Amino acid sequence: MSAVVSWAQRATLFVGFVFLYAPIVILAVMSFNASRLVSVWGGFSTKWYAALLENEQLLHSAKISFAAALTSATLSTLLGLLAAISLTRFGRFRTRFLFFGAVHAPLVLPEVVLGLALLTCFVAFGVGRGFITLVIGHVTLTMCFTTVAILAALRDGDPALEEAAMDLGATPFGAFVRVALPQIAPAIVTAYLLAFTLSLDDLVIASFATGPGATTLPMRIYSQVRLGVSPQINAISTLLLAIVAVALGLAALVSSRRARRDGQVMTSLARAPDNAS
Amino acid sequence: MSARRRLSLGERLVIAAPYLWIGAFFLAPMLLIAKISVSQSVLARPPYRPIFEFSDSLADIWAKAQSFTFDAYRALVSDTLYLESYLSSLTIAAVSTLITLIIAYPFALAMARAPERLRPLLIGLAAAPFWTSFLIRVYAWIALLKDEGLINNALMALGLITAPLQMFATPGAVVVGIVYSYLPFMLLPLYAALERQDPSLREAAADLGASPAQVFLRVTLPLSREGVVAGALLVFIPAVGEFVIPDLLGGSETLMIGRTLWNDFFSNHDWPAASAAAIVLVAVLMIPLLLWERARLADEDDAR
Repeated sequence: MSAVVSWAQRATLFVGFVFLYAPIVILAVMSFNASRLVSVWGGFSTKWYAALLENEQLLHSAKISFAAALTSATLSTLLGLLAAISLTRFGRFRTRFLFFGAVHAPLVLPEVVLGLALLTCFVAFGVGRGFITLVIGHVTLTMCFTTVAILAALRDGDPALEEAAMDLGATPFGAFVRVALPQIAPAIVTAYLLAFTLSLDDLVIASFATGPGATTLPMRIYSQVRLGVSPQINAISTLLLAIVAVALGLAALVSSRRARRDGQVMTSLARAPDNAS
Repeated sequence: MSARRRLSLGERLVIAAPYLWIGAFFLAPMLLIAKISVSQSVLARPPYRPIFEFSDSLADIWAKAQSFTFDAYRALVSDTLYLESYLSSLTIAAVSTLITLIIAYPFALAMARAPERLRPLLIGLAAAPFWTSFLIRVYAWIALLKDEGLINNALMALGLITAPLQMFATPGAVVVGIVYSYLPFMLLPLYAALERQDPSLREAAADLGASPAQVFLRVTLPLSREGVVAGALLVFIPAVGEFVIPDLLGGSETLMIGRTLWNDFFSNHDWPAASAAAIVLVAVLMIPLLLWERARLADEDDAR
């Protein structure tokens, strides 16, 4: 039985990963196509990459996007942590429903609605749009994701550990920082990365919230796609994919090292009773 | 419901920052949207009359409230554009969710049954597209689906078709785009649910004479229900409001609510109409979420 299953399994995995990766691979190959047309292979060329490096608008937008992602991920992780603490540790405080609803709303709302609301607000109060309003938009969008990610970890944690720390004389704040925070550290990292990618990737909120001086990379890519397919977009996409691939590879390397180290710790712990007896 | 309690000073300090943020940048803008939705269309550009001021007496407020108009809401019902876009969004999202589930289930099962040392690599590979730009992945499909795109070229070269198939700028292209872009959201919860299952349950069923199909239908599938529900919600909810995919792949024929809102706001400048549609959408989407949270809190009380 197992031989048949593993054959079907391999086929499924193969087909699944081809579906996931084929469009990305084709895009990367096309970035080296000398021809402007997708359907014609005009020979190998790196001219689109050369053109890219001279495209200052595009590079400037990339910088804006990274700066906005760093700022908004930091802010939204902090706010998400505070919101998650409020929802798990404060019991049924007044206006909890309002708070819960408002924190979770952007999860279900189409981004267009959130963008629309923010834009009307900025216009009504005469706020000039630019980098700051872009960050405000992204924090508002990503805060619900960071809250949910941290909330899940806080709910799974064992409150008895914090209570024990408080019985031993820790303040609630001290107990939280020294007991709960280390437990939810992976969730905080996940929340930060999630907010970072969401911000880096966002087109809709950025279109509403930013001004002419702070055009983000997705906005630039989007307008180019609408004007007609540009091979330069293939090139910048491939570059971004390469950066992500390297980052993921490094992360995998680090985590496999750590898994091996943890594995050793676990085996030595498992052996401990033997030694004791 | 048990009594609400007051927050201590320390707790208030903790909650202040997130509360102020969502108050200023979510609740206030939503109130403004609600107000625009009852303003008159002609005056609906900033600063949107009627505007209440602190110096207003009750009579002033009443007088201004008199000028509220529910035309925008009436138009939502009489002008079928919004209703059609909403229904079409729901249909496209439902079809996409179903197809995503059909593709993701065997995929997730194969991942969950792979040798343990391979699993982290497989999850990494499945999640990696999630970390690459969404816009870029949708954009890649344009090159595949266009009339002179790679799929049509390949089919014509093989002699299977003589004229290019119209795939680009159709609702079908939007479904393909959604299935492709949201596959990881379905795959990962399914994998998590399937990987957690105790293999001894399947062995026990097989020992008791169940065929592999019976084992799947009566053990594996029911036990993965939570993963199916989580994955379906993660795909369906954002797909309903999707803007980028229908705009890039759907052509002008494909109606989806996100795009209709966008067009009314930016092209037609009919802010009251767009605002009214947004308010209705918020109400429709938020009510189930709040009911769910209420049920969860009630469960917690019961557990105590």
